[in-house]
Amino acid sequence: MKLDSMYQDVILDHYKHPHGRGLRDGDAEVHHVNPTCGDEITLRVKYDGSRIEDVSYEGQGCSISQASASVLNELLVGKELAEAQRIQATFLELMQSKGRIEPDDAMEEVLEDAVAFAGVSKYPARVKCALLSWMAWKDATAQAMGDAERKTV
Amino acid sequence: MTQLPGLLDTEALRKDFPILDRVLHDGKKLVYLDNAATSQTPRQVIDAVSEYYERHNANVHRGVHVLAEEATALYEGARDKVAAFINAPSRDEVIFTKNASESLNLVANMLGWADEPYRVDRETEIVITEMEHHSNIVPWQLLSQRTGAKLKWFGLTDDGRLDLSNIDEIITEKTKIVSFTLVSNIMGTVNPVEAIVRRAQDVGALVLIDASQAAPHMPLDVQALQADFVAFTGHKMCGPTGIGVLWGRQELLEDLPPFLGGGEMIETVSMSSSTYAPAPHKFEAGTPPIAQAVGLGAAVDYLTSIGMENIARHEHAITEYAVRRLQEVPGLRIIGPVTAEDRGAAISFVLGDIHPHDVGQVLDEQGIAVRVGHHCARPVCLRYGIPATTRASFYLYSTPAEVDALVEGLEHVRNFFG
Repeated sequence: MKLDSMYQDVILDHYKHPHGRGLRDGDAEVHHVNPTCGDEITLRVKYDGSRIEDVSYEGQGCSISQASASVLNELLVGKELAEAQRIQATFLELMQSKGRIEPDDAMEEVLEDAVAFAGVSKYPARVKCALLSWMAWKDATAQAMGDAERKTV
Repeated sequence: MTQLPGLLDTEALRKDFPILDRVLHDGKKLVYLDNAATSQTPRQVIDAVSEYYERHNANVHRGVHVLAEEATALYEGARDKVAAFINAPSRDEVIFTKNASESLNLVANMLGWADEPYRVDRETEIVITEMEHHSNIVPWQLLSQRTGAKLKWFGLTDDGRLDLSNIDEIITEKTKIVSFTLVSNIMGTVNPVEAIVRRAQDVGALVLIDASQAAPHMPLDVQALQADFVAFTGHKMCGPTGIGVLWGRQELLEDLPPFLGGGEMIETVSMSSSTYAPAPHKFEAGTPPIAQAVGLGAAVDYLTSIGMENIARHEHAITEYAVRRLQEVPGLRIIGPVTAEDRGAAISFVLGDIHPHDVGQVLDEQGIAVRVGHHCARPVCLRYGIPATTRASFYLYSTPAEVDALVEGLEHVRNFFG
């Protein structure tokens, strides 16, 4: 029963049918690993000014880490950076809640499919799986923006 | 209930381990199959540690009061017990550390600071294997980086054994130290000690054996192994965490320099220099893990009372049954030897393309504790082209019924992700 709260159908669906998987052209690329379990992701971001044109990725890992990357792609591509950062911060807050946050309508509006990960936040060993791609995206974005800044100076 | 020849009376034995009675997740009985990570603790060990704190707690080797003398006698008594357990020629060859990692690091650092003929430098070579735990890889990488010595290793065969076909090229006249595991923590492989030791001795290299996965499971005789150093840890053999052992040949311990400096390891100290206590104290700077050593002594008593031969026979029977039953699970592939021959009771496997993390999660929901990941042996995963494995590891209290529970649990996993 508890298991179903982690492995929501939405998550299993993203795992089996990932969105936007595969590496495509990007402004920056990062490789992140989860040293405790061997999950790995290579992720690229492509920006059109401050708009996210693409997030492409390749990796191996558990259903949670893979589904999370798929959800990220679905949520963030096409968004303005500021909004994407707000989504990322909200997702981080949810994942660090240790199961204490019951997502409300406002949160669901921001996170869409990503609210399905609320159950994962009860499993400390799996929170890192869910966050792997989001941390990679943050890192890649910082690199892409840093490069962009250096180019304009 | 499945009866196998050679099994211990687990029904009686399991009463010694209070934790095995735990019930998890709404009524699921704990099936503890993560013994290669840490073993459970019998009442006898828990009591010995409690009694130490309730009645004898003091610092060792430095008081004239009753408690200090009792604590010292208990701590040194544990050394005697460990020495007898591994058939050490002398109790002074038994160094207490905090774990096997510290024991292995200690040897690497002794050699890094040693004078000739032990000194590891840019002209020399270090040999390990591809199936080592990270704790027997990283200290040698560090030593190699700091001294310029070349790090070499034995590769693995497809069936999870050491590839010794090029042993004469790997271990050469330049080799100063050969460090390898007696039993693989990820694949369960029992390695051919004699062949490696013989070659090392031919070229005059020292041999360090990581016995972390052996000491809990089989008779360990450091003289029969003919190694120069043997390392293991207490918490995998019914003892507490925080206590490890390094056994070393006496003449080496006399010749080699200390690593950590501090109290207890000295003879005299002036502001300009110091002289050192004889081994083992030379290598035990600072207040040691006293209660933990006492607990390890109690664990050694416990294991000895059951008999290491009997434990090995029990685990062999369980392993034989487990590898057979596991191979009946569709899509399951064992990483490592697929028979119980020359193999310990740690069994790694992959299940179709279901990630081990997911396998472990669904098993946990049924009360079954396994380890998932790369088991601090990532090179093995790279070698076999897999991201991680699920590992079930058995011990003296494991039963055929627990193997059955695992197999049933894996069916459930397949259905869940099917």
